Amino acid sequence: MAEPQTPARLIVQADSVLKLPRHIKLRHDPGRGIYLILAPERVFEPDEISVEVLKLCDGERSVTTIAQALSEQFQAPADVILADIIEMLQDLADKGVVKS
Amino acid sequence: MTDAPTLPREADTSSSETCARAPVGLLAELTHRCPLQCPYCSNPVELERSNTELSTAEWQDVMRQAAELGILQVHLSGGEPTARRDLEDIIKTAADAGLYTNLITAGVLLTKERLAKLQELGLDHVQLSIQDVDAANADRIAAYKGGSDKKREVAKWVRELDMPLTINAPLHRQNIDNLPAIIDYSVEVGAGRLEVAHIQYYAWALKNRAALMPTQEAFMKTVEIVNEAKERLKGILVFDFVVPDYYAKYPKPCMGGWGRGVMNVTPSGRVLPCHAAESLPGLEFDNVRDRPLADIWLKGQAFEKFRGTEWMKEPCRSCSRKEIDFGGCRCQAYALTGDAANTDPACSLSPHHTDWAKVAEQESHKPAPEFIYRRMGKSDTATTG
Repeated sequence: MAEPQTPARLIVQADSVLKLPRHIKLRHDPGRGIYLILAPERVFEPDEISVEVLKLCDGERSVTTIAQALSEQFQAPADVILADIIEMLQDLADKGVVKS
Repeated sequence: MTDAPTLPREADTSSSETCARAPVGLLAELTHRCPLQCPYCSNPVELERSNTELSTAEWQDVMRQAAELGILQVHLSGGEPTARRDLEDIIKTAADAGLYTNLITAGVLLTKERLAKLQELGLDHVQLSIQDVDAANADRIAAYKGGSDKKREVAKWVRELDMPLTINAPLHRQNIDNLPAIIDYSVEVGAGRLEVAHIQYYAWALKNRAALMPTQEAFMKTVEIVNEAKERLKGILVFDFVVPDYYAKYPKPCMGGWGRGVMNVTPSGRVLPCHAAESLPGLEFDNVRDRPLADIWLKGQAFEKFRGTEWMKEPCRSCSRKEIDFGGCRCQAYALTGDAANTDPACSLSPHHTDWAKVAEQESHKPAPEFIYRRMGKSDTATTG
């Protein structure tokens, strides 16, 4: 077998640009009235903030840009939001829900 | 072929315990045919014959009904699901209906072209079972020559197609020492998840318990290995660790609670609350050929029988954990105590627990007997090295 590339953990930072891999499906479930993340052999139930963040993870916006957008939407300080969503996205990255 | 299915355990969309709610997962056993003969197969000992299997149209109808019922994920399993030539049609219908599709496969019948086709039709994820990383031992456990090499190739195809891959590694006394190598293998082939699945002792595995049961020391070592690897491989490999309940203090919440989150359809269309439920007496199993899936889920006698907590006896009835583990596994309670409504003997609060745990201790320290391989129609002992 050819020498495999050593995989590395994605560390989420302010300038990270993230997106959902093709096999991760964020969708609103009409029957249950909530958002769900469908993942390999898992179903996650994201909270309201996570849903807003994930919708903005489009592979173009940086985490900082997302924090600014949410800062305006929720009228909260951008630096506080930035720290919170970095932590949230790191957790989601470790679960394989977002990638760079 | 593989061990008990993984349940979507993060979803908990209701606090109601006694009434039915929409299931999240469907385990579709498309066929019991399988080229492998693993002695711990989760299929029942009485395997269903191919001439009783649901037709393509019937499986497609099951997929549409499942999506309407609120099921989110379908686990296409077997036997070996790729033994069905119409797998393409079934996957396409499931994906079109909005189901998240998971192929639980031994891999050995696949070609790269077929895998690419399945992906194009909407397959979301592949779970590939391995028997060991030592090829000779793996092929001996599965009674299938060349299986191990083929599986490595299949894993490579999955990743070349940029599909997510889970490696399922059932663990027992005849491969347990290779766990560190199994973890390395999973990283090397690019898996995102690894199921370290200690054997659960029902059906074929119960027949082969003495040949499979690890010692408590060997089991404890796997806990250490997995804990270390989880930390080291954070963000690279997600672990799913299934413990052998002979060495647990409390039972597993089998199927996440009876009739609570998951349903199983057998090759011939029988709808079960769990894949081993046919071992229980006094249950009536409806068939998708006779009754709508939603009706079976909501009102089927087999689903109602142990749903919620009303059926429980002591010590479950007054236990604070009754809505955490739901009294454990009904099939194990019946097989080992003679009453399916008893507490699972895996629970340390069961009066049967001490005797039961002793069995594991004794069997795991004796030389392993020959495997009784999983075969259609008869179960006989093979002579293997």
